[in-house]
Amino acid sequence: MDLGSFLVQLLNSIQYGLLLFLIASGLTLVFGIMGVINLAHGSFYMIGAYLAWSLTAKIGSFWLALPVGIVLTVALGMLMEWLFIQKLYARDHLYQVLLTYGLILAFEELRAIIWGNDVHGVTVPAPFTGSIPLTETLSYPVYRLWISAVVVVLAIAMYFLIQRTRLGMMIRAGAANREMVQLLGINIRMVYRFVFAFGVALAAFAGMISAPVSSVFPGMGGQVLIVSFVVVVIGGIGSVKGALVAAILIGLVDTFGKVTTLEIAGFNVLPELSGMATYLLMAGVLLWRPEGIFGKRL
Amino acid sequence: MTEPLIDARGIHTYYGASHVLHGVDLSLSRGETLGLMGRNGMGKTTLIKSILGVVRPRSGTVKIKGADMTRSAPHRVALAGIACVPEGRGIFPNLSVYENLVMAARTGAEGRSDWSLERVLHAFPRLRERIHHGGGQLSGGEQQMLTIGRALMTNPDVLILDEATEGLAPLISKEIWRIVREIKASGIATIIVDKNFKAVSAISDRCVILVKGAVVFAGTSESLRAEPSLHERYLGV
Repeated sequence: MDLGSFLVQLLNSIQYGLLLFLIASGLTLVFGIMGVINLAHGSFYMIGAYLAWSLTAKIGSFWLALPVGIVLTVALGMLMEWLFIQKLYARDHLYQVLLTYGLILAFEELRAIIWGNDVHGVTVPAPFTGSIPLTETLSYPVYRLWISAVVVVLAIAMYFLIQRTRLGMMIRAGAANREMVQLLGINIRMVYRFVFAFGVALAAFAGMISAPVSSVFPGMGGQVLIVSFVVVVIGGIGSVKGALVAAILIGLVDTFGKVTTLEIAGFNVLPELSGMATYLLMAGVLLWRPEGIFGKRL
Repeated sequence: MTEPLIDARGIHTYYGASHVLHGVDLSLSRGETLGLMGRNGMGKTTLIKSILGVVRPRSGTVKIKGADMTRSAPHRVALAGIACVPEGRGIFPNLSVYENLVMAARTGAEGRSDWSLERVLHAFPRLRERIHHGGGQLSGGEQQMLTIGRALMTNPDVLILDEATEGLAPLISKEIWRIVREIKASGIATIIVDKNFKAVSAISDRCVILVKGAVVFAGTSESLRAEPSLHERYLGV
């Protein structure tokens, strides 16, 4: 592999990893703070992508579709928390898995009713339609760079929100002792509702901004859900920092696994087994640290 | 305003089938310090939890400053001006000392804001020394100070201390009692739940003794001190 294509693959893996982080961070927050396993998290990614497609078509501008989509998905998150998720806090993980799995089926059915079962595409919006030449033959799309930049900004903002603001302190305190937070006059139900809606909006936003680079299709939520859980497990449940590191690691392993050739004893190990690379990484990390890279000791 | 800050009447509280409180009355006036005593398992903490809205009484009413708050959520009761230092302290171990204090800060229900971070750190010099430590790294006494300081940051009208000196070394306990007196002097009404009869009756204006979920004594601390037979019968081991 020459330097040019290495650079392209490196940028690809970082962009994929950052997008994964955006999805997984909501998952790990909801899991770590409220103790809820949300299998329907991937559906919010799908809903985001479909919203980007249909709103762009209706409004005529991707850049207007984004804020409208964010407002809609925050509202959806609030509604979901109020209707379903808040009933799960005191319940066993089995109930959480059953209910949120049911939500996946409901969302897929609703998607089929509202948007149909066709595959759609969203055109890359101006002014990011161009490419930056890297070598004489290779170039890198500006829109993908924009995605990476946006996620980095969001990650910094999220760090600031959780570590430096009073709301962040309340959120972390709520993860440690829910009753005590209430005794200080803080409405923990509203804090939880905010956290859930925030996670939903992050996943949906990931779906919206990735719509122009990947197609919009039924079942797209299922794919990212599984990888997102791998990110959460590798990074350590509840750790946003861990999710960032794990997502970048997976981005690198997955992308380079597909483009590297590796032969061991006459067997083509890569790229033939690249589909397993992510899971092998997870198995390796769990053998080394069962609680995940930044997880609390089990 | 002569209305009591807390006026609980006829409180019956159950845990499942077990009947814990049998029609308890408890009231607290402005600036008053009330000692709530009784042996273990007599219902002191349950009574506190029933007032705070953490446990729903099956019958009876809890009025806070005249407003019926029997069925209110705990955060509503807290916003009405009732702060609590619970048994077992309840600090947030994953937050720093600074964060534990700041996250609770607000103006009180009646607009008081004299308990600022600076004043709390002045009252608890130990906390200032450990301001950037994690809550989980503190000793038991420091955790207790942090919990009291955090409750004060909400600028309450009432501070409820549940077993504030339990398990602490005598010297630290003394320090806690000194702070409780300072809080009393600043005009905050307090309910002190404790088994240490001498310390409680020395600081409180009135005492209530619970036995098996019912009030067996309610009167001035002076009258309780005058009757040693009472504390032997109800508080002795």
